[in-house]
Amino acid sequence: MKIRYCMATLASAALLAAAPAQAQGNKLKVGFMLPYTGTYAALGIAIENGFRLYVDEQGGKLGGREIEYVKVDDESDPSKATDNVNKLIKRDEVDVLVGTVHSGVAIAMARAARQSNTLMINPNGGAGAITGALCAPNVFRSSFSNWQPAYAMGEVAAKRGHKTAMTITWKYAAGEESVNGFREAFEKNGGKVIKDLTVPFPNVEFQALLTEIAAAKPDAVYTFFAGGGAVKFVKDYAAAGLKDAVPLYGAGFLTDGTLDAQGDAAQGLLTTLHYADGLNTPRDNAFRLAYAKTFKLQPDVYAVQGYDAAQMLAVGLKAVNGDVSKKAEIAAAIRSATIDSPRGKFTVSKAHNPVQDIYLRKVVGKENKVEGIAIKALADPARGCKM
Amino acid sequence: MNTKLAPVALAFVAFGLFPLAGGAYEIDLATKIMILAIFALSLELLVGQTGLVCFGHAAFFGIGAYTVTLLTPMSGPVSLWLALPASVGAAALYALPVGALSLRTKGVYFIMITLAFAQMAYFVFHDTPLGGGSDGIYLDFRPDPAIGGWQPFDLSEGHTLYYAVLASLVLVFGLLAVMLRSRFGRALAGIRVNEQRMRAAGFPTYGYKLAAFVLSAALAGLAGFLYALKDGYVNPELLSWHHSGAVLLMIILGGLGHLRGAMLGALAFTLLQEAFQSQALVGDFAQHWQLPLGLTIIAFVALMPKGLIGLALRRGRQ
Amino acid sequence: MDLATFLIQCLNAVQYGLLLFLVASGLTLIFGIMGVINLAHGSFYMIGAYMAYALAPAVEQHLGGGFFATLAVGVALSVALGYLLEWLFFSYLYEREHLQQVLMTYGLILVFEELRSLIVGNDVHGVAMPEWLSGTVPLGEVMTYPVYRLFISAVCVAVALAMWLVLARTRLGMRIRAGATNREMVRAMGVDIRLLYRIVFAIGVALAALAGMIAAPVSSVYPNMGGQVLIICFVVVVIGGIGSIKGALVAALLVGFVDTFGKVLFPSLAGLSVYLLMAAMLLWKPEGLFRAG
Repeated sequence: MKIRYCMATLASAALLAAAPAQAQGNKLKVGFMLPYTGTYAALGIAIENGFRLYVDEQGGKLGGREIEYVKVDDESDPSKATDNVNKLIKRDEVDVLVGTVHSGVAIAMARAARQSNTLMINPNGGAGAITGALCAPNVFRSSFSNWQPAYAMGEVAAKRGHKTAMTITWKYAAGEESVNGFREAFEKNGGKVIKDLTVPFPNVEFQALLTEIAAAKPDAVYTFFAGGGAVKFVKDYAAAGLKDAVPLYGAGFLTDGTLDAQGDAAQGLLTTLHYADGLNTPRDNAFRLAYAKTFKLQPDVYAVQGYDAAQMLAVGLKAVNGDVSKKAEIAAAIRSATIDSPRGKFTVSKAHNPVQDIYLRKVVGKENKVEGIAIKALADPARGCKM
Repeated sequence: MNTKLAPVALAFVAFGLFPLAGGAYEIDLATKIMILAIFALSLELLVGQTGLVCFGHAAFFGIGAYTVTLLTPMSGPVSLWLALPASVGAAALYALPVGALSLRTKGVYFIMITLAFAQMAYFVFHDTPLGGGSDGIYLDFRPDPAIGGWQPFDLSEGHTLYYAVLASLVLVFGLLAVMLRSRFGRALAGIRVNEQRMRAAGFPTYGYKLAAFVLSAALAGLAGFLYALKDGYVNPELLSWHHSGAVLLMIILGGLGHLRGAMLGALAFTLLQEAFQSQALVGDFAQHWQLPLGLTIIAFVALMPKGLIGLALRRGRQ
Repeated sequence: MDLATFLIQCLNAVQYGLLLFLVASGLTLIFGIMGVINLAHGSFYMIGAYMAYALAPAVEQHLGGGFFATLAVGVALSVALGYLLEWLFFSYLYEREHLQQVLMTYGLILVFEELRSLIVGNDVHGVAMPEWLSGTVPLGEVMTYPVYRLFISAVCVAVALAMWLVLARTRLGMRIRAGATNREMVRAMGVDIRLLYRIVFAIGVALAALAGMIAAPVSSVYPNMGGQVLIICFVVVVIGGIGSIKGALVAALLVGFVDTFGKVLFPSLAGLSVYLLMAAMLLWKPEGLFRAG
């Protein structure tokens, strides 16, 4: 019997060894590393849908090569990030990595991509480091840096005449980056952030800090929350009677994809983001129609980011006729391209982050209606990037 | 060789030969399994052998991982002979007060107080800039084993790390196997069965339990140290209760009360998760991999209460 | 902090504490009386919240709608769910070790989360509150306090009272208490202990689901919401003394205060504060504040 159980061990080891030996046709392997379970699962699916939509519009081919997809659930768990990205890089030997939502996981991914020199396009995670200290010739982002919408909002808030502000966010890296971006612009334009409030992540009991805000009565409050936390915060803020007394401003994630759940509490909120409802450009309308038709869902900013990740990849691959080994040419092509995104045209900075218009949006009904452009062609400062 | 050790020895040999056959990913996976096996062994010493259910073991693992990462400067590697004892020592050092205080409680209360201490460590790394906050920090250079001018091996080359992990696993297993046969090990078993009788027999049971707790934490620290070397990335989630829970699942899955069970559990748990997440095996349902994993676990508790090792032993008797 | 702010913070703390009590009471009941460590308790909270969202349209159609009708249907369903689960899974576990219970209930968490994802999806949803509870009460200069939160507190207090009455004053309560202290004895006296356990478990599940349903309008429903509440509930139960309803109430309020004031006074240590409290309490009273009963 002992022998049998050893054999079982050996057999499973052998099975593993055999697993990746699949035929490597001429197809281009795209590896999605996205959250399919947990808090961010809906975002992961929207990104994948967006990406697939663009590829399907091109007849299933980019740069002359058919696309094949491999998927890994990253669970938004940074402690598993390296193992998960290795599944795609080492096991499935993908040509391109696409992912992910969670900033910490995205950083781990970018590092693995850098080490293995795998082409990577990040369709959400806004950690500054990805196109900052960790920037690399083969790593691109189709979304935003946490700094971008926050900085734009800082300027808007100051120009609306607010002198003092408080910030509130989860105590984690993405929140801190966002708050710092807001502070930078707000104080540059004559405002003053009087206090930063934080809640332990992912705690959603805000009542104590709302009381703090009510006691301090700043001119404005800036916040960075997403998903379930964002819904609860917006509702609690309104229920505490603060909405009319102290204007609330946020990075767009506060009200994106969650307006149904927020209901009346969100009406009239101002947020900044690189996408908005009611852009009413032919490009955006066509995209929204196609997305709604294909997936029976309304597209959101995450779908746009997925779509544009595919567009950036297409530009790069076209320049090299689908030969992913020519990393330098791919990078050069993407850097010199103008991406015709549903959000509006954007270019890609030296550090590989979009240089894009940041919209000021206002919640009207169940839409984040565009109010105007907060800052035109805003580029992330890419601090620490040596490229 | 006795029949208990033969399968284990064979498995070690199989792992030793594995790099000849496996691809880069499979070798990575095997490395992870061995590290988790060390982690599981360290917890088995407490739970299976001494009867102390620790629900915060990930804290020691995480502290081991963070210590080597924090000791490594930006510019180059740190000496292995500094980093290794420091990582193991840091985990043991944290375990000393935690153990001393926790061991005053029993049963479910012990489970929860070890959880409380682990959560504290988690929040220290998550909420303070000490270890890079929630995004974690990186280890760019694996420690350097040079002594004077002599370089016995290089951890960043080829399969050296793989074999270093395998050697650590064999050593830890050997150490625990020998120790459990010693007077100390028998005293721990006695405490598990009936602590009062042991105390009546004149054993300072508190001291024994504390020693087991600290040793167990030190071994978890070793596992964490190796983990940091493997990925070069440490994150507060390494200390989270999910991680403590996962390793507890491994040893229960494998079968409590047997060192072999802990290793088998680490192997089985990792492979199960791997299989259910694999698109090649289950297609698009891989997105819902937690469903089959959960059902397997439930079926497992209902049908195989003694763990995998219990199944193997029962077959063996037939 | 001036006096008015301080008082409002105390109100916040009590309100949060009471909600914690509602979730934790079911856990301590199952824990203390049946000796089962139920990690899936957070999932029952999640299931409750999702029921408040998903049942509303069906209730609207067949029963004419209303928040309280949904609540009643939800409670009935969760009692049935609890009864079924006990019969299917937990009845094996009483003679087994705690660790096997941990393993099985962990498996249940995974199953419930995935079923939630398959059935309802992964989006965040809001739940409407009844019109007459949606007002606010002014507090201080700018702050207002939602009536619904006061309603939650009232429900929690009512549940606490009801539990105390049932346990202390009824025959069922007497049997439950006896079953917690001495299982064999109760069986010897001819009480069907299996049925008793099934009822207790069903009540425990219903309490968690009720907490989820009642909290849904303020918290909204989202994936993973159960996991967040689980650990904090264990903290409450352990501080209070396993199986003690009174203990759970006191501990929940204590946790509410420490969490609320921790966030305000020591923001950088806010994550630690509750666990520090738990460690300190257990060192002071290694078996929790109150013995079961």
